[in-house]
Amino acid sequence: MSFITGVGLTPFGKHAGSSSLDLMSRAAELAITDAGLRRAEIDGILCGYSTVSPHIMLAIVFAEHFGITPSYAHAVQVGGATGLAMAMLAHHLVDAGVVRHMLVVSGENRLTGQSRDASILALAQVGHPVYEVPLGPTIPAYYGLVASRYMHEFNVTQEDLAEFAVLMRQHALAHPGAQFHDAITVTDVMASKPVALPLKLLDCCPVSDGGAAFVVSREPTGQDRVRVRGCAQAHTHQHVTAAPNLSELGAEIAIARAKKAAGIAISDVRYAAVYDSFTITLAMLLEELGLAKRGEAAARVRSGYFSRDGEMPLNTHGGLLSYGHCGVGGAMAHLVETQLQMTGRAEQRQVRDASVALLHGDGGVLSSHVSMFLERVR
Amino acid sequence: MTVSSVPDWTSGHEAVTYQVCGSCGGSQYFRRAFCAACGSADIADRQASGEGTVYATSLVCRAATEQTRAHVPYNIVLVDIAEGCRMMAHGDATLAIGDTVSVRFTQFAGQLVPYFEKVR
Repeated sequence: MSFITGVGLTPFGKHAGSSSLDLMSRAAELAITDAGLRRAEIDGILCGYSTVSPHIMLAIVFAEHFGITPSYAHAVQVGGATGLAMAMLAHHLVDAGVVRHMLVVSGENRLTGQSRDASILALAQVGHPVYEVPLGPTIPAYYGLVASRYMHEFNVTQEDLAEFAVLMRQHALAHPGAQFHDAITVTDVMASKPVALPLKLLDCCPVSDGGAAFVVSREPTGQDRVRVRGCAQAHTHQHVTAAPNLSELGAEIAIARAKKAAGIAISDVRYAAVYDSFTITLAMLLEELGLAKRGEAAARVRSGYFSRDGEMPLNTHGGLLSYGHCGVGGAMAHLVETQLQMTGRAEQRQVRDASVALLHGDGGVLSSHVSMFLERVR
Repeated sequence: MTVSSVPDWTSGHEAVTYQVCGSCGGSQYFRRAFCAACGSADIADRQASGEGTVYATSLVCRAATEQTRAHVPYNIVLVDIAEGCRMMAHGDATLAIGDTVSVRFTQFAGQLVPYFEKVR
């Protein structure tokens, strides 16, 4: 068994003057305090990567900086899936008795620490160095390719995709830590600057500074008991050129494995936290996870199904699209928000029932997938 | 990187190449010393016909480098080539999914790249 005993999240946006280590430290301190623990009680550290300050031993650099001497530590790298992959590893290591309190932490000054061009360029390197990168694709272009095909096969329109941007913005308006605080409409999304068509600026998550952390423990440390019920991964390819056809992508494989590991059905789920680097990412993942039928996720957004007071509240903090995306910490914010919802601490964003949650992360170009179920135990 | 016995656009030659496995008969686009499907080292480089079908498109309007910005907008396409593999290339901005296309070559950001046009 393992429990998410503490969570920490900084506001996302600009943190001028803060380094990646600063942002990691801030989030870590919040999570450890939230768990009711002292730093010395943390015996394991998992951290993500920083594109601004790459290091071959980031977890150890952080441990020294933060002032702890763990018995287990290293970094993990699977792109946007890193946060949930770390949660999964923490769960298994804690469950196996290797670590008692695992601190999972990430943070990056991706917005103010480097130029937007540098960010876009660094991320485009997920492409094949010989067969893709010389063609000048960007991350939005990789997802633009996927979007064009998905829209073609399932009759999804650009207006449909815009609904997801509008929903995430609506949710972000209720979170003071979100990067964006102005409401947007479908018309705004449609009129936003073309980036890599069919994706426009408001179909894309921003680049942010920020940090996120959580503690995974063998026993609950307080009244709040959120247990990892089961999780699984799937990795089908790295490069979009080598991706299988749409019907064979990894999200469906990962969720099927996770359902088996957790002994849970989608009908048991009350809250969803799904990776949303682009509107197309969210639309596709919702449908692949079984939270909507093929081509029907946008209709469910319009009917309020994924709204805060809907049947399946989704990314109530605003997701990557509107809370922001600081790299690995970006998707970790989904887990932080989920834990707050499950423990009744989400303030004005609180949903009626978040007793069982489904989380899903995606790295690369729908390359790496991690699905996880959390449940609240009394 | 395994060097191809048949030069192609990645080394500045006007050709698209792929590999065929002598063991399982599979084909692959990314060059390797073995077949990624079955592991066999019985793998041969072949020149592709340059014909194919558009699988996906994305028109890049925001580029990230000085060199690529000079070409904006440019259309990135995934093409299923006649020989059974999928490849990334450039193409006409008017290309649609399902179009039958044929390759030519052009200069992009200081390098030769494959460019697909619709077959009329």
